[in-house]
Amino acid sequence: MTAHDSSTVGSSLVKRGLADMLRGGVIMDVVNPEQARVAEDAGAVAVMALERVPADIRRDGGVARMSDPQMIQEIQATVTIPVMAKARIGHFAEAQILQALGVDYVDESEVLTPADEENHIDKWAFTVPFVCGATNLGEALRRIGEGACMIRSKGEAGTGNVVEAVRHLRTINAQMRRLATADEAELYALAKDLQAPLPLVREVAETGHLPVPMFCAGGISTPADASLVMQLGAEAVFVGSGIFKSEDPRRMAEAIVEAATHFRDAETLAKVSTGLGAAMRGAELASLEQRLAERGW
Amino acid sequence: MVAVGVLALQGDVREHVAALGDLGYEARLVRRPTDLVGLRGIVIPGGESTTMARLLVTSELRQPLSEAIATDLAVFGTCAGLIMLAGHVLDGRSDQWSFGALDVTVRRNGYGRQVASFETTVRVAGIGDVPGVFIRAPRIVATGEGVEILASHDHGDGPAPVLVRQGRHWGCSFHPELTDNRAIHAAFVASL
Repeated sequence: MTAHDSSTVGSSLVKRGLADMLRGGVIMDVVNPEQARVAEDAGAVAVMALERVPADIRRDGGVARMSDPQMIQEIQATVTIPVMAKARIGHFAEAQILQALGVDYVDESEVLTPADEENHIDKWAFTVPFVCGATNLGEALRRIGEGACMIRSKGEAGTGNVVEAVRHLRTINAQMRRLATADEAELYALAKDLQAPLPLVREVAETGHLPVPMFCAGGISTPADASLVMQLGAEAVFVGSGIFKSEDPRRMAEAIVEAATHFRDAETLAKVSTGLGAAMRGAELASLEQRLAERGW
Repeated sequence: MVAVGVLALQGDVREHVAALGDLGYEARLVRRPTDLVGLRGIVIPGGESTTMARLLVTSELRQPLSEAIATDLAVFGTCAGLIMLAGHVLDGRSDQWSFGALDVTVRRNGYGRQVASFETTVRVAGIGDVPGVFIRAPRIVATGEGVEILASHDHGDGPAPVLVRQGRHWGCSFHPELTDNRAIHAAFVASL
């Protein structure tokens, strides 16, 4: 039987649905088609196309912007998996361009230099879905209120240090547990404290989890890091500098993909962690001049 | 009640487990060969087919699952799961492999990129209207003689099959698990 077409694009179900399909996977930062090929060969569920990985953005300084469309298109032509790209916080014109290029997800990202110090992008106005970073539950719910369809911890990008991602995941989890035990009368004050929309606060209190998938980003550099954040409740991981700044990117990429699937299986983790070569060098947070996680609010 | 499982390497595993749970089946998560023992049916969920294909090999599941599918295990694949079951895959990677349980040819991302992903209503033979959520969906472009077309959909560019069955194996371009309509899952488990 054939139904005649009356279909909708860009619905919340369709946008959040793609995030659901990425669960249990690894999304890898790539700066050229060759890296994109390595990522897909290793089993990445998606790639993030950008001109410089966060470690290099941090080193180079200056204003970091949306990538050149030509570079994004070359990567789209190279791989069959979803291609994501970053827009600056509040820079809805960059997001419009990325949507016109047909990218599969836009990351409104603190890794780039913010374009608006008060407002994030009105993400409801787009057909393309958005992922946004968060350091706590209030920030996550504000982004969801603006239309984000996936939340990731911010971590501290480009450091190879997972400590901030762990802090953000633990904070979000603890705040969700607090909501789950609150009585109805407490939710108003909790929404005020979180600076989050009351309907979303209610939803989290009822369901015990975010209304959209929660992934982890920022400082993940080894299979063990991926296992750690997934055991803490992340449903998939973004790996930025951690793969192509390591000694053997191909093997590191394959190992992190296996770790994201078998994240509770310590024997498998031991096997895939063996003989990987050096992970990216990384940085202590105290040595940083710029904390990217403080961008966005 | 027969044992059913969900391939749990990557993708929207939880939604399929929930759908089967609503029908009274406690689905087993399949990550290793030993998880296959005693299963009558398995769901291959939505996700990325290239990722699943790789993880099936590294998790040592490709061979035993392939043998089980060829002998007596019934499979239901949605979206990426359909790609994993198709006999022929177009626009895939040059080394893309699949189980070949369904004599169909699918085109990966045959309905376009994410910005073209859509929701619609699909009319299924013997069931009626169900919600159809198509996300970077594979398009069935050819079917062999033994393939029963249970639903087709015309997305403005001619009708294409979107739910097919061949013997005990079922394949679906869209994601019934993302909605609360359990009719297609119910039909699959009833066929076991």
